[in-house]
Amino acid sequence: MYEGPVQDLIDELGRLPGVGPKSAQRIAFHLLAAEPADISRLQEVLQKVKEGVVFCQVCGNVSEEQTCRICRDARRDPTVVCVVEEPKDVVAVEKTREFKGRYHVLGGALDPLSGIGPDQLRIRELLGRIGSDDIKEIILATDPNTEGEATATYLVRMLRDFPGLTVTRLASGLPMGGDLEFADELTLGRALSGRRTV
Amino acid sequence: MYVRHLQVVDFRSWEHADLSFDPGVSVFVGRNGQGKTNLVEAIGYVATLGSHRVATDAPLVRMGCARSVVRTAVVNAGRELLVELEITPGKANRARVNRGPVPRSRDVLGILRTVLFAPEDLALVRGDPGERRRFLDDLLVARAPRYAGVRSDYERVLRQRGALLKTAGSARRAGGSGDIRTLEVWDGHLAAHGAQLLAGRLDLVADLGPLVSAAYAGVAPESRPAEIRYRCSLGESLPEGYGVPGGPRADIASLEAALLTELARVRPQEIERGVSLVGPHRDDLELVLGAAPAKGYASHGESWSFALALRLGAYELLRDDGAEPVLVLDDVFAELDRRRRQQLAKVAAAAEQVLVTAAVAEDVPEELAGARYEVHEGEVNRVG
Repeated sequence: MYEGPVQDLIDELGRLPGVGPKSAQRIAFHLLAAEPADISRLQEVLQKVKEGVVFCQVCGNVSEEQTCRICRDARRDPTVVCVVEEPKDVVAVEKTREFKGRYHVLGGALDPLSGIGPDQLRIRELLGRIGSDDIKEIILATDPNTEGEATATYLVRMLRDFPGLTVTRLASGLPMGGDLEFADELTLGRALSGRRTV
Repeated sequence: MYVRHLQVVDFRSWEHADLSFDPGVSVFVGRNGQGKTNLVEAIGYVATLGSHRVATDAPLVRMGCARSVVRTAVVNAGRELLVELEITPGKANRARVNRGPVPRSRDVLGILRTVLFAPEDLALVRGDPGERRRFLDDLLVARAPRYAGVRSDYERVLRQRGALLKTAGSARRAGGSGDIRTLEVWDGHLAAHGAQLLAGRLDLVADLGPLVSAAYAGVAPESRPAEIRYRCSLGESLPEGYGVPGGPRADIASLEAALLTELARVRPQEIERGVSLVGPHRDDLELVLGAAPAKGYASHGESWSFALALRLGAYELLRDDGAEPVLVLDDVFAELDRRRRQQLAKVAAAAEQVLVTAAVAEDVPEELAGARYEVHEGEVNRVG
């Protein structure tokens, strides 16, 4: 245990995801030795991230203004919407540069153990968008785990009553650059059942 | 297959141990509390990623240490694989095969297969259904490692669905409506994963049944005939002949449909009680002696014979599948009478590798004379 503020800082840092007690201690002493200017810059961005960042009113992504950069961009295809769990998933899909449509961020996945049901996710907003905007395709890009799959199944049920709407799910299968022999059976099984004609 | 080499670091009572084995019989002798069982437990852990004595990993790590390491070299049909496991309680274990890391520790399942007999096996006959489900599922994973994934997916869905039912149930009791809009989604996933697990277990029981009956007749020829039956929460809805030797193989699609129908039927009770009432987690393996269930009716000796027959059946089954499992006999001879000892020794003497622990050397039948290791105060030495 360190005295007063140093231990407080270590405790606070230790509450961050992915930071254990050892790392928290290292970061704390790094900050202690840092230039005052560096510290005030860090203070400023921390302050800004809480005050200056809002969530896009349309898609729910993090944004500086009321609507985010992607939703404002007229060149993006408004008829295709990719539904993801978190803002970081938007960044992941954006990095592919393959997707020219828009997004909808749910803010999580169905997770009864943590008390997350449909009302805690931005599902009502999604249904509202489909009702009013000219959306032709919804791509379900939730994580391929238990909670993400359940969320996708739930959305399929909610979306099947919209006439003319196509609902698709991201393919799951083999990673690029991988070897067939090293794929686990579940992944390979899915890749096999999701095969396509070439 | 056989274990050629075992090294443990900070595992249970062992700060460090390094042992080489030959195929055939190896006997560990030492007074109680010297750590004989800990050594074979480590080998069992590599095979099943679980201990036969405790449900969590924390007791496996030596007091005051953060993690323990188990390294084994396994020889299967002349080919040697090095499996290393780092056990850190509360975190995901790390695994390496031939010094290369594997993405998930469960990828090492299937490299080493063991069948372990221990005094705890009596719980298979006398304990709760959960003991017998674990026996079936462990054997299922040993036969086809894919089931490790099926099992953990099913358990995850079950916990999520349970949480949903619980909150809905208590909301209703408090006068609210209880949000069950997503229940059908979880029903679907429960049925999909549950049907796979159920089909695996039913086929396993069909294959295992005759082997267990035969093993029991060998161990206790004067007793009534023994039989195993799968008791399914689907009850009457379970298609005829599933899980019965010589019957049809279980069809996953029809089991999934049956589970969905049954889930719809019991839904009001499930919400009321806040628990999932249908699925493989409610099933049991019935052990029958003559006309009566073994649990509650079998004598102490008969219970032991039945537990032994289940393990022997599992051993025969894995051997029929191909790679011969390593047989581990942990402190069992002291518990058995002369006939059962001889019967077990007969099977063990023919196995590719047998690891035996005993407090006194006289307990081990003569058929199992082999390499001998003395375990004493944190040291283990080969003496013969």
